[in-house]
Amino acid sequence: MASSDALLPISAREEDPLLSAGSRSDPNAETHRRRRPVKGLLAVSFGLLFIAFYVVLIATHDGSSRSNDVKIESDETATTTSRARLAGVSEKSNGQLWKLSGERNTVSFAWNNSVLSWQRTAFHFQPEQNWMNDPNGPLFYKGWYHFFYQYNPNAAVWGDIVWGHAVSKDLIHWVHLPIAMVADQWYDANGVWTGSATFLDDGSLVMLYTGSTDKSVQVQNLAYPEDLNDPLLLKWVKYSGNPVLVPPPGILPKDFRDPTTAWKTSDGKWRITIGSKINKTGISLVYDTIDFKTYEKHDTLLHKVPNTGMWECVDFYPVSKTAVNGLDTSVNGPNVKHIVKASMDDTRFDHYAVGTYFDSNGTWIPDDPTIDVGMSASLRYDYGKFYASKTFYDQNKGRRILWSWIGESDSEAADVQKGWSSLQGIPRTVVLDTKTGKNLVQWPVEEIKSLRLSSKQFDMEVGPGSVVPVDVDSAAQLDIEAEFEINKESLDKILGDASVLAEAEEFSCQKSGGASVRGALGPFGFSVLADKSLSEQTPVYFYVAKGKDSKLKTFFCTDTSRSTFANDVVKPIYGSSVPVLKGEKLTMRILVDHSIVEGFAQAGRTCISSRVYPTKAIYGAAKLFVFNNAIDATITASFKVWQMNSAFIHPYSEEAVRALSST
Amino acid sequence: MHLLVLNVLREKMMKTMMMMVMMAMMMGVAMGDIVDKTCKQTPDYSLCLSLLRSDPRSSSADTVGLGLILVDKIKALGTETLGQINMAYKTKPMLKKPLDECNLRYKTIVDVDVHTAIIAIKGNPKFAEGAIVDAGVEASVCEGGFPKGQSPITGLTQKMNKICDVTRAIVRMLL
Repeated sequence: MASSDALLPISAREEDPLLSAGSRSDPNAETHRRRRPVKGLLAVSFGLLFIAFYVVLIATHDGSSRSNDVKIESDETATTTSRARLAGVSEKSNGQLWKLSGERNTVSFAWNNSVLSWQRTAFHFQPEQNWMNDPNGPLFYKGWYHFFYQYNPNAAVWGDIVWGHAVSKDLIHWVHLPIAMVADQWYDANGVWTGSATFLDDGSLVMLYTGSTDKSVQVQNLAYPEDLNDPLLLKWVKYSGNPVLVPPPGILPKDFRDPTTAWKTSDGKWRITIGSKINKTGISLVYDTIDFKTYEKHDTLLHKVPNTGMWECVDFYPVSKTAVNGLDTSVNGPNVKHIVKASMDDTRFDHYAVGTYFDSNGTWIPDDPTIDVGMSASLRYDYGKFYASKTFYDQNKGRRILWSWIGESDSEAADVQKGWSSLQGIPRTVVLDTKTGKNLVQWPVEEIKSLRLSSKQFDMEVGPGSVVPVDVDSAAQLDIEAEFEINKESLDKILGDASVLAEAEEFSCQKSGGASVRGALGPFGFSVLADKSLSEQTPVYFYVAKGKDSKLKTFFCTDTSRSTFANDVVKPIYGSSVPVLKGEKLTMRILVDHSIVEGFAQAGRTCISSRVYPTKAIYGAAKLFVFNNAIDATITASFKVWQMNSAFIHPYSEEAVRALSST
Repeated sequence: MHLLVLNVLREKMMKTMMMMVMMAMMMGVAMGDIVDKTCKQTPDYSLCLSLLRSDPRSSSADTVGLGLILVDKIKALGTETLGQINMAYKTKPMLKKPLDECNLRYKTIVDVDVHTAIIAIKGNPKFAEGAIVDAGVEASVCEGGFPKGQSPITGLTQKMNKICDVTRAIVRMLL
């Protein structure tokens, strides 16, 4: 009896005595007294069993190393389609940094105001102080480009998020405006988060944004300009019926954010998509609406990719297969492909894929499922520090423009000391690469040329193993356009030389060891923000690798590993391969603006944004070099270097607005 | 008659108590499993267990709660280290410069990183991850400022790095 009872769950066994406790305390005291010792014994033995079990549990785990080692990013259940890896390019370092600095044994660099103030950029968008992150609701309206952004008005770190606001006539010269939206409702009390703008048929516009409620639930809210006659759109009104969307069944309250710009369906409805996840599958939900106040959720998703984690800042837009202009978000048709992009919360990489959209059911499939959105090999807008990007259709000039948050790679102590954190990249036009049909190309907006001052043209042959100073006076604000060619002789010799082993299949910028490692056909390029003795430098370069089939594969990299002596800075080597088509020369453009370096290879097929914090190569000591670190090959470099003016981004004042209006 | 009632009541009490003890043990094992399961996914299982179990809140906490407990440990350790730094000014005055740097770095940990981690962990955990990673960096940079072998806080630095690694792993579960 004892044993069979012991197999029953406790509650089942004990229920009886509890429920029938009343009946027990009746004249059947005899029976009861007889049963008590047995029950008591069972209870005690069961209790002991549990204690024993617990002890065993602890004993088997003590001392055993079950840790996943430092590689937190390796998912035990990772498959070949696993999410992009964290290794090496993650946020403010991992455990690696502490060991690295110990090995190099450099004296800890104490930031001082002179070095820190040099880091502020001259022509990149940034608020006057404090923290910024995601771009929000970019749009063009009544002659002004509007830019909103996640902003902390109180500190140089994330928190207390509101919508900052600025306007410009040309996407380059900005004037700051008062804060557009603050966290003043229960439905955005914990943050007025990212959102997008949609233009309605009558020319008015609405904003959908994510609010983190007073209970930290993520909901979508509607807002619109208080006065459509105000070209500056200074004041915004939140819809009284907010929130318009709450996390649907099956979606966790913290996995529902960043609504997109809406596009018209063939039914004449508006459609939006919102990123989320289910377990570890990144997904994008679809909603239809007529008035932006009530929505119908689709049962199907726009798309999903397993093992990619939460999809933040989803973006969805058409690109022309043939033309170089941008398309309004609602455009569809046979000559159009659609891009799905998402920011991967797990890795802080932005990924996109080219594919086909089916309007009838609001779904999308990638052209190449092996590089689907978020997979480690899938395409990225930028292989450096670049996240939460968002495009908008610029109806003023018929372009699609890409904004992106470029965060800091330094320590928070430094950010707090210098009083600010984060930049936006220079806005880029985005079009489909009509030559390859498989990727996008991005290019800094034309208007940036208005900052070009004096220039110098250089044409030179650079022999193997040489570093040549480029005489350009000041070197902290530069626009460089360059063309490189490997000497045909060198190329033929190396291609024909069997002793030069193929390395293209294994090569990656990240694992290459950087620009100081010499190869047969590279690296070669520029060293920016370098001091005279090259003790600090940031090489931006090509590395051409021989492939197994004697074909060549070209890589474009930025090596920040020696960009600074400071050891509280993350210094990765960034980059990726770049398609080089037959007959194309190797071309590169670099924008240098103090602590940001943006590189563009092959007219924007591969782009790299990086943050650097030199301690010596600053002010007048910052120099530019061109180098060729190949073992044997000679290269010819033909390039033009412009000094760049400041964009003079002004704090809010009526005069500043008037000054911009008249340009 | 009264004796009988008293006896019965005492029996019932004992039974109820046994029930409660067993329930508590069951829950203990079950809850221990959540702490246990969570800690198994961190780089330092035993450290994770000892940190969490030392806090009574861990028995009923979800992942966010466990993360917050560890952030509290970071704050406490940071504060303790600041105290050590302060004392070191008197005992090792020749180390003033690196001690100044450490003061700045640890103030960042305690005032900035901890605060950011707490607010972000509840709503947007990737920013909490950044803050926790930064705490480890600040600690390492402070340590790196001392001439070799002369740091008065090496043990505390190592502890901070380990706790940050564990905390980061837990915060990443929230992504």
